[in-house]
Amino acid sequence: MNITEKIIARASNKNSVSSGDVVFADVDKLMVHDVSGPGVIKVFEEWSKKGIQIENVWNPDKIWIAEDHFVPSADRISAENITKLTDWANKFGIKKHFKYGLGQYGICHTLSHEEALVLPGEFYVGGDSHTNTTGALGALAIGLGHTDIAYAMMNGRIWLKVPETMLFKLVGKKPAHIMAKDIILKIISDIGTDGANYKTMEFSGNAVSEMGMEERLTLTNMTTEAGAKNGIIEPDAVTDEYIRQRTATSYKPILGDNDHYLEEYTYEIEKLEPIVAKPYSPQNAAAARELQGVEVNKAYIGSCTGAKLEDLRSAAQILKGKKVKVRTEVLPAAQSIYIKALKEGLIDIFMEAGAVVGPPTCGACCGAHMGILAKDEICVSTTNRNFPGRMGHVESQTYLASPLVVAASALTGKITDPRDVSK
Amino acid sequence: MTLKGTVHKYDRDNIDTDVILPGPYLKIHDHGELSKHAMEGIDTDFSKKVSKGDFLLAGNNFGCGSSREHAPIALSHSGITAVIAPSFARIFYRNCVDGGYLLPLEVEKSTLEQISDKDTLEIDIEKNQIHDVTNGKKFSISPFPPLIKKIIDCGGLMYYKE
Repeated sequence: MNITEKIIARASNKNSVSSGDVVFADVDKLMVHDVSGPGVIKVFEEWSKKGIQIENVWNPDKIWIAEDHFVPSADRISAENITKLTDWANKFGIKKHFKYGLGQYGICHTLSHEEALVLPGEFYVGGDSHTNTTGALGALAIGLGHTDIAYAMMNGRIWLKVPETMLFKLVGKKPAHIMAKDIILKIISDIGTDGANYKTMEFSGNAVSEMGMEERLTLTNMTTEAGAKNGIIEPDAVTDEYIRQRTATSYKPILGDNDHYLEEYTYEIEKLEPIVAKPYSPQNAAAARELQGVEVNKAYIGSCTGAKLEDLRSAAQILKGKKVKVRTEVLPAAQSIYIKALKEGLIDIFMEAGAVVGPPTCGACCGAHMGILAKDEICVSTTNRNFPGRMGHVESQTYLASPLVVAASALTGKITDPRDVSK
Repeated sequence: MTLKGTVHKYDRDNIDTDVILPGPYLKIHDHGELSKHAMEGIDTDFSKKVSKGDFLLAGNNFGCGSSREHAPIALSHSGITAVIAPSFARIFYRNCVDGGYLLPLEVEKSTLEQISDKDTLEIDIEKNQIHDVTNGKKFSISPFPPLIKKIIDCGGLMYYKE
């Protein structure tokens, strides 16, 4: 069995499973945020009307809540959603509630690793499609809708079809101008936005071993954009060190036998060019240099995909001592990352360059609030989706790119390869 | 179970949940209110066109992107009882079935070409068959996997007993 199959076998109390099996598996951790939380509350209300009263959840200590999509509260409804979520967390005794304006908070997926809320070998479900992100820790991390999350909250279990696994071997030395974002955009452009539908995307190879944890998280984060059920990387010394810096809790890593894959792909990393996904699909890739005439109105460095500490460091390295030419926004993905960036002097670099630095939120990435795009506006962004209307008006455009490309583009006002800006 | 209604056709692949129910409405959880914005990213008149019992026909990978359950809720409460497509994104598919909102029906790619917008369809779920009453053609539906069928028959995951 590979790592995903082994975790499912453990969680479903079976000696072995194989792709296609349908099992009910025990959940180790569960997350909701300020969109899926109120969604789950609504499901509970609907069940209540039908005579199913929910008095307790399966285990309040295994559940955590993030306030990320509509904070700072965009309007009256989002403010009321936060109040409702708080009352609900109190009712069920859920203590791990990362509240906006009260210490550590941020984007749910960023908190999952930054706070080591999920550990290697665990089965984690979250009420958000980018829950896949956390698979970089060697966990089985799967995004679900409100009903499935409500069911798992009640029962501590959920049904799963054991997925087939696609293995992506990343080999060779990663050039300085290439980031994990370029690699995953390249993979998505090759397999398509449904290329991994219902499947697992597992990453291995020396280039993965040599990557820091945050870069690995970018790979798994965007497996969602290929339709994958989960993205996963086997835990190693890098994983262990990352976890140890954040928690003393012990865990049992699970490793695969590495002999059970549907398909295997090999990518030679040194041959890659910085890549940009054009509107309106993450698979619509072109080399940044091919798009150098495209003028942009905004550069956005934010989200669970592109505002981790390594992402901010990469952008700052380009922006240091320079001035941006277009509206540029930097929103660290969590309060803890904001603090680290501040202490390292990155926030100074961004602000001196003329960028706005804002509070952690999903707001602009999903076109909800905090800087949405007008009709015909063009944004180059470190985020994960560029569907019509994703970041604002349905006729606005988003180009997805690495933090290096976005920062380089901020300096020139056009899509720019980081190798083409002067040091 | 037999369903009958008018089909609304959107002949394109990868219709994502941002199109089905745009991000700004994610804060809304009232089902009736959500239904007013169904498919707004592609057709602002959708909710006015749809009558109770209608169907939606679209291309590959329907419902890709965000896990928002708002998407099947908005479609279902606008009147849609089944979405017909060659393939579905997995979270959308689960949400349709586990929430008991509507039926995701998988068909051959060629079926998409042979059914026209506004055709009247009769769908027999037990026989896995679509009858296009307007043009007289019949098409098969991929049978639901056993667990999915059981959950559908129960009316949603909540009513399913392991």
